[in-house]
Parts: sequence; structure tokens; C-alpha cells
Amino acid sequence: MATRNPVTWLGAPAFPKAAREALADTQLRANLRRATGTIRGRRAEAVGEVEQWEVLRRAGAAIKDDVLANLDTYLVRLEEAVTARGGVVHWARDAAEANAIVLDLVRATGADEVVKVKSMATAEIGLNEALAEGGVTAVETDLAELIVQLGDDRPSHVLVPAIHRNRSEIREIFAREMPDAPEGLTDEPADLAEAAREHLRRKFLSARVAISGANFAVADTGSVVVLESEGNGRMCLTLPETLITVMGIEKLVPTWRDLEVFLQLLPRSSTAERMNPYTSVWTGVHPGDGPREFHLVLLDNGRTATLADPVGRQALRCIRCSACLNVCPVYERTGGKSYGSVYPGPIGAILTPQLVDDPHDAQAASLPFASSLCGACFEVCPVRIDIPEVLVHLRERSVRARGRRSPEAVAMAAAAWVFGSPRRYERAQRLGSLARFVARGGTISHLPWPASRWTDARDAPVPAPESFRTWWRNNRG
Amino acid sequence: MADARGEILARIRGALADRPETPEVPRDYLRALPRAADLLAERIAHYRATVHRVDAAGLPVAIGAALRRRGAVSVAAPADLPPEWLVSGVRWMPDSPPLSTEQLDGCDGVVTGCAVAVAETGTLVLDAGPAQGRRVLTLLPDYHLCVVRAEQIAGTVPEALARLEPTRPLTFVSGPSATSDIELDRVEGVHGPRTLEVLLVESRPAEH
Repeated sequence: MATRNPVTWLGAPAFPKAAREALADTQLRANLRRATGTIRGRRAEAVGEVEQWEVLRRAGAAIKDDVLANLDTYLVRLEEAVTARGGVVHWARDAAEANAIVLDLVRATGADEVVKVKSMATAEIGLNEALAEGGVTAVETDLAELIVQLGDDRPSHVLVPAIHRNRSEIREIFAREMPDAPEGLTDEPADLAEAAREHLRRKFLSARVAISGANFAVADTGSVVVLESEGNGRMCLTLPETLITVMGIEKLVPTWRDLEVFLQLLPRSSTAERMNPYTSVWTGVHPGDGPREFHLVLLDNGRTATLADPVGRQALRCIRCSACLNVCPVYERTGGKSYGSVYPGPIGAILTPQLVDDPHDAQAASLPFASSLCGACFEVCPVRIDIPEVLVHLRERSVRARGRRSPEAVAMAAAAWVFGSPRRYERAQRLGSLARFVARGGTISHLPWPASRWTDARDAPVPAPESFRTWWRNNRG
Repeated sequence: MADARGEILARIRGALADRPETPEVPRDYLRALPRAADLLAERIAHYRATVHRVDAAGLPVAIGAALRRRGAVSVAAPADLPPEWLVSGVRWMPDSPPLSTEQLDGCDGVVTGCAVAVAETGTLVLDAGPAQGRRVLTLLPDYHLCVVRAEQIAGTVPEALARLEPTRPLTFVSGPSATSDIELDRVEGVHGPRTLEVLLVESRPAEH
């Protein structure tokens, strides 16, 4: 790849180092525990209410697999349908190309400011930064994105990028960075929402260009779908004269009917609601109603590379609900920023390294190891992405890329030798029991090199004083 | 610049060299629900929107009463709002010629009908069809009074989508504008209408 993929942040440390720093932030951990705890319970309730949830999950997975298996056909079909309805379709191989297309489109309108609907695709390609370099200011209008933008911060969650901030921190950011913040702003969520409403109102009413992402696009009809809560999306999708939508090539569904599955799966998995407050569907340009110009930018940026891996490609089913983040014990403790990418958590751990598509990128290669493989992510995934399977697969790929002398390769070769003979296995177990002498309080926190590479990032459990085989021989044999 | 479209399509064909199968999509999920009107009323109310059940003859009175309770004086209306809905005591602002964003931003509310309602999820769908008008009409006013007729109610999401024409501009509305962005807890009222009120019109009066 000619230029680095901005899906990971330049200079971000590998996960173990970033995680260790994040773990020391007790405020962050408290904020995350509270927020993910709230949403976990609600999601379980919203999903439990739907009797055929499993059928819906299987349907969602099958529809997305169909999309991936016939992606070329569906993309061409979408392009035809959008064009027939007065839209213009653009294709972008990578982030730089997508950013250049969008900047040119904005410049052609003469506008130097655009309003934006929260969009993972535009965050992934670093569009705001590219627009700024080109002299165009991008105003984020989603509340959480606004908090991140005003705080000159980075996103830490797919759905709620400012999840790492609690209400009093948000109040502080607003009071400091919002020129029109009301006097005596409290940290009541309703007051904070009101402040954002006032702050953005004039921007919405005067904006000439809006930029959005897309949750879905229907190949058959050319209809584009955005789900949201606040109404900022509707403002951007209907008020400006020009609308530019940047969409990953995998965000398709074949037919309108297929949306009946995803409009059930996504809100319940994402915000734990029966339905999100607003969903907008538009097809090309609607005369007399909304933008007069519509551009759809279809983005590859590592997706075709991901598609080429028969195990890893299931990550492209993702509908960005963030349920896997909310249930992940690793995410809950380290927060999203430790992953060094706009895609954090379990889905980020499998999607980011595949989009980066560079086996020598140590930071991206560290991400599939950011998991205990507990499987909670797979259980909640509305499109049944077997995240643990892909994690293990990518670990294997990364170990293989590092060659036969890497610590993992040596350890695995040794394990294979030990497991290969019952006698060697028993002797190893007896040796293992000696590790009890370095244990404190039931766990081992430090082992000598090379095992220190394991205990640097985790505690090891104390081995049992005798193995099951020894116990059986002594008691039952 | 080389042809990005051609290259992406070629990359896709290369990536699918293993010819993955197109799977069968299971469709045996729920499609129909009984007692849809009751469920719709309950589910809309759950979003902290207000629901009133009225019969057809009582609709104009109910519209007048709702607007009076709200204190709405200047009220926007799609150009084709049924004349009997245009009750007196209100300064009606028909969207013909089209109202400016400033006019819509400054008015006290809007009254519309809808295309379809989804009982299971408490959702109203507007499709710019009869009595609905442009999308912006139900966006800028802070108060939206929406009339739903019983025959417009679909039990489930699949049933609702089957009744809709996807190439029309569609807006699905489930309660007032809200956000979950502060500590993942839902708060009502951000940019869209902060108050949503629904008049559910049934041929017989509700049995309550």
C-alpha cells in the first residue's frame, strides 16, 4: 500500500502498552463500567422480547454473506439505481482518494464549512483532517462526536465516541469550548442536550453542504438508509443543497425487503431500543424535498483485502452496532482508545488489522491478542460474526508473519513436543507445580524470561499441587 | 487517475476466487401481530410521547384540544392537510408556497398524517404522501402532532416495509428526538421535535 491507512492512529502504541496506561485511569474505568453496565442490561431486555431473535440473527448473517459473495454484482446494481434517480456515484480505492473526491465536491459548491452526521467511514479515512487541510471546516453534529471534537479528543466507541466521558466532564468541555454555552450550565443530560441544540441550530439552518455515512444501501432501488436518534441526521440529510454520503462497499443489502431484518437487529443491539428515534431513507434526489445534489462515494480502503480471506471476511458483515464492545471484559477495562483505531473492541480487533492489511504493522498486529477469547462478543453479535474464530485466525497469521523463531512459535513447538508423549506430559505437569513457590494470593504476577512476556500483561493462575493423573493414580488407581 | 471503479470491481472478483456460496436466508420470523392498535398506543407511550385514541368524528375536536393544550398558535401544515383538520383558533401556515426554514423554525408546531405505523416498535413512518408534505415540515417545529388511522397500523417491521415504497423519501419516527450519548442513558429532546403527540383514529371508540 502506497500510504498508511488512517484507520489506525499515527504513533499509537501497541495494545499491551496502551492498555497498561489506560488501566491506571480509574476515572475512565468507572465511566466505562457505568455506561457499559447500563447498556448491557437494556440490550438483554430489548433482545429478550423478540422470540425469533436467533432466526433474525441467522437471516442477518445470510443476507450479508450473500452481499459479500456477490459484491461486484450488487455494487453495479446500486450504482445504476442511484444514477437513475439523479444521484452521482464515485469510487474510492483508499482513504486518500475518498478524501480528495469529497474535498473537490465541497470546493465545487464554494462552501468552506460542512455539517456532518456521525459516520464511521469518514472517521476511518480521517476526512475531517483532510478537509481542514483543504480549508474546509467540518462541524460534527452528533452529540458524542461534538463532545470529542470540542474536547480535541479521540473516539473510544463505535456508537458513542465520547463514552469515556461522564456528564461532569462533558459539562466542563462545553463550558470551556462552546462560545455560546449558557451561563450556569449544569451536568444534567437534558441541559447538556439543550446546549448542543442551541449551539448547532444556526449551523443547520445555514449549511449548504452535508456529509454523512450510511447504515445500509439497497442495491435494487438505490435507497440509502441512516439510523439516528437526535435529529441531527435528518437536519443534514434534508436541509443543505448538497449531500455527500461516504459508504463502505460492504454496507449493501440486496433488496428493500432485507431491511426488515436489519431494522430489527440494529436498534435492539445498538441502543437497546425497539426502534431508534429517526430513520431516514432517500433514493437519489427527491425534487422539492431535500438536497438538490446527491453524491455517493463507495469506499474500499482495505475491504477487498479483507474479503480475500475466507475466514476473516465475515468481519465485513458488521453493521456497527457496538454490542460486542459493551459486553467485552477487555474493552470495559481498557477503553476504546487503547486499540488505537476508530474501530475498537472485539470487532475492531479483527476489522482494523484486516483493513490495515500490513503484516509488518506491529500495532495493528497486536490487536487480535486484545481478547480473552471468552466468546461474549459472538453471542451478542446480531450478524453472528464468530469474532473468537477470526481472532485466533489472525493471531496465527501474525505469528506466522513473524517467522518460526518468534516466542509463540517456539512455545507452540515445545508444547507440541510435550503433548506428543504421555511421559513428557506428566513430567511437565510436575515441573509446573513448582511454580506454586512464586505465587502470591492465588496468582502469579511475574515469571522469569521468556515467560515474563506472558505475565507482563496478565496474571497466571497457580498450577494445582498435583495433576489429575497423579491424583487418580493415588486415589483410584 | 486510473479507473478506481474498474480496479475495485477487479479486486472483488479476485478476492472471491474461492466462489463462496450464496446462502439461503431464513425468513420464518414474526410478520403479523394481533391487537395492533393497543400495542401501538402502548409502545409509542413508552417513548414518552402522548397518545390519544379518538373516533373519526371526534378527530377535529381532538386536534383543536391538543393544539390548545400545547399553546400552539401558528401551526405549519402540509398543503394537502384535510380541510376538516384545519380547526379554528389556530393560525395555519400551509406549506404552499413552500415555507422557509426560518418560518418553520419559528412556528409553534406542525400537524401531519402518516403512511404507516408499526405497532411492535411504536414507529410512525412518513413518506411525503397525503397529509404529510416535505420531510423538513416534521423536523424544524418543536412540536409534532401526528394523526394515525387504524388501517395504517402494521403489526411488525416486515409488515410495514412491505407496505412502503422505498423510492419515496421516508422518515421513521419512534418517539421524540433523543440521545443516548451521555453515559449511554436515553434523554429525550435534542434537535428534532422534542414533543410528539399522536392521535390514533379508530372507527369504533376504544374500549377503555
